[in-house]
Amino acid sequence: MSKDIKIKKGLNIRLKGEASKTLSNAPRSKTYVIRPSEFHLITPKMDVKEGAKLKAGDVIFYSKTNEAIKFVSPVSGTLLTIKRGAKRVIIEIIIEADQLDTYRDNGVFSVSSMNSDEIKNHLLATGCWAFIKQRPYDVIANPDVKPKAIFISALTTAPLSADYDFTLLGKENELQAAVTAFSKLTDGKVNVSVGENSKSVFEGLNDITVHKMSGVHPAGNVGTLINKVDPVNKGEVVWTITPQDLVIIGALFLTGKFNAKRVIALSGSSLKNPKYYTAKIGAEVSTFIYDSGLNEENVRVINGNVLSGEKIALKGHLGYYSDTVTVIPEGDDYEFFGWNKPVFDKISTSRALTFSWLQPNKEYSLNTNTNGEYRAFVITGSYEEVFPLDIYPMQILKACKYEDLDEMEALGMYEVAPEDFALTEFVCVSKQPHQEIIRKGLDLMYKEIG
Amino acid sequence: MGLKSNLHSLKEKFKGTKMAPAFNALHTFLYLPNETTHNGTHIKAADDLKRTMNTVIIALLPCLIYGMFNAGYQHYLALGEIEATSGFFAATFWTWDNLIVGMWQVLPLVIVSYGVGLTVEFLFAVIKGHEVEEGYLVTGMLVPLIVPIDIPLWMLAVAVIFGVVIGKEIFGGTGMNILNPALTIRAFLFFSYPTWMSGDKVWVHGAVERDQMIAAGEGLDAISGETILGAYAQNNSIAYDYWDMFWGLIPGSVGETSKFLIIIGALFLIFTKIGSWRIIISTLIGALTMGLIFNGVVDAGWIGDSNKFYGLMNVPFWQHLIIGSILFGAVYMATDPVTASQTNKGKWIYGFLIGLISIMIRVFNPAYPEGVFLAILLMNVFAPTIDHYVIQGNVKRRMNRLKVKTN
Repeated sequence: MSKDIKIKKGLNIRLKGEASKTLSNAPRSKTYVIRPSEFHLITPKMDVKEGAKLKAGDVIFYSKTNEAIKFVSPVSGTLLTIKRGAKRVIIEIIIEADQLDTYRDNGVFSVSSMNSDEIKNHLLATGCWAFIKQRPYDVIANPDVKPKAIFISALTTAPLSADYDFTLLGKENELQAAVTAFSKLTDGKVNVSVGENSKSVFEGLNDITVHKMSGVHPAGNVGTLINKVDPVNKGEVVWTITPQDLVIIGALFLTGKFNAKRVIALSGSSLKNPKYYTAKIGAEVSTFIYDSGLNEENVRVINGNVLSGEKIALKGHLGYYSDTVTVIPEGDDYEFFGWNKPVFDKISTSRALTFSWLQPNKEYSLNTNTNGEYRAFVITGSYEEVFPLDIYPMQILKACKYEDLDEMEALGMYEVAPEDFALTEFVCVSKQPHQEIIRKGLDLMYKEIG
Repeated sequence: MGLKSNLHSLKEKFKGTKMAPAFNALHTFLYLPNETTHNGTHIKAADDLKRTMNTVIIALLPCLIYGMFNAGYQHYLALGEIEATSGFFAATFWTWDNLIVGMWQVLPLVIVSYGVGLTVEFLFAVIKGHEVEEGYLVTGMLVPLIVPIDIPLWMLAVAVIFGVVIGKEIFGGTGMNILNPALTIRAFLFFSYPTWMSGDKVWVHGAVERDQMIAAGEGLDAISGETILGAYAQNNSIAYDYWDMFWGLIPGSVGETSKFLIIIGALFLIFTKIGSWRIIISTLIGALTMGLIFNGVVDAGWIGDSNKFYGLMNVPFWQHLIIGSILFGAVYMATDPVTASQTNKGKWIYGFLIGLISIMIRVFNPAYPEGVFLAILLMNVFAPTIDHYVIQGNVKRRMNRLKVKTN
């Protein structure tokens, strides 16, 4: 059964440097790094010490508040350093990789003969639980609460992001095993969104409900799917998971190995040769960035896409959830009379002497300049044009800023994640950090309400 | 070392000092700053608040330039030195003589408005340690356009200080204010110096001066600069035809007379997506509705032609749009995003009520036959209430969804 959903409010941001659909193997990194800060609100408790020998899939640390949630090594090697910051917070766990991976054997299971508790415990024990996120709060799912439904977006609309139709090619078996497993973890449906005209591997799978999505970004955001299909009400929980993480989970059931290999889109206008690479979680991004080649020195490297990714150094490492690495030029330069002269080389949703409306299909090379300074909220109505959820974006942002929990709840805070506010942040004339405001608001609610 | 790097090193020098906001305001006026994104979106759209405000100023410029020509034209016409021009495009209107008189009178208004207003803004920015915000760029351009031509400059300066401090800064600056600052300035002038803001002597340059000369015993003819609304309120006959009103060849506040140029400005604002078409259109609908109601009252014979409201009530409803400042208010004042309703549904209600109340005050106000600025200020106060009820609709929908589930 499939349903059609069309997203009219939004914005397709067309950027130069889309990854060409050729796949290369990234050179093996010397070190692999796990950064616990990626697991939002998780306090890590180390399970192994520096110098320990690890197999791929061996537990490195677990959550202090819920010891069942474990985090495992993506490769085999030696735990080199546990890098700590202020108040001894663990910043990075650096693993020196072996030449070839050896895997911890988790055992091969037939998903169809397992019950929901067995599946849950297996996912927790093997470190795959970290891939499951929940709403409200956009954090790693609480294993003690059964979700009312599970949502997967297999549609790419974010600029320069990895195209699922390409990265999931040939992964039908892994995906089928994973979605079957997840269908047993909820009483509701496993909802998957696919593109209207795409040939998604999901369309041939069982145990899921496929939704055909069309229209502009953020049609591919899982938050948009949730809002249109089955919004989160107070007291309810839904889970979200990305397709490439499903592949890892499926492979776990089929082979018993935690194989952290992903197909990564390396894209962005600063790259000579943007294309797809296979790499493992935590790999050094420079291994494939230099393989592709850089057009310029002064670049921004982003774990994820340009709208909601995380800034990392050129010597940084692939994130735990990333399937895209974007490299764009830094914009740390002044522009003479940049605020009033006509603009042809930047994107805008207004027409205030900005001319991107003339060429809707032109590809732009945008840099990281904010194009203006931080101001109070002034302009109204522009967010609504790019925000398809049935929520008042400016009002909920303001409620977060003045920390009114009742109002946040009433306006729909349980339904949102920071990435839902990426487009409103992009168009914001006042250059307010919308995603950060929402993240802080969610953290506050989590702390106060839980 | 070029200008760019010199300014950059100056900026580093000022960093952290009290004067940093003042320097940055001048610096960012020349150069788009070198700030980059951190996390969140790594790219940003091209628009910032300066560009937005600049767009509104561009939309106001035709009104300002026309206002200068019209000031001179009305002046010479009242003195009897020139014949009435044949129309908007006639060469006898766009003359150097007219422009020079207009510039001589209007440019000081612009300079005082910006000079005083921006000084207050800079002072507050330096004291409070925040950046100088762009709100006053538009306010400063609006103010000279909505005052009578001969207003003494000291009055304007006092009003600007009042408007910026009380209308905006005490609430926290641009984006936080409840009342439209330009209209706060207008209201301050209206209630503090009523003789300068109404009557039939203030709308044409030289009329007040001429009156003073007559009072001093010189044998001159008085200049009458009665506005159309003034004439209607007195139940007098009107000396102008509709096309004069539409093109703007009439006395009035500096920038609001030419409906033609205001419509051009409105189309520009709507096209650039800076002005809210919802507010503009709903305001006009509101005004037409109230005009129709009054026409209906007259048609029903409920009031006679001796009634003091008869003149204005009897104005055909569509003419309310081309007389007075309703169009200027709808396009440039009601659309101020900070003080208007912020929800799209709310904007319809907000605009409609502005139009309705504007015409109501226009007809019933005994002292001053115009109500646009009062209506907008009133609705500024009610805009948050309107938004509250609009948003409650969304909140209720969410609660109902939960109820359906639990039942």
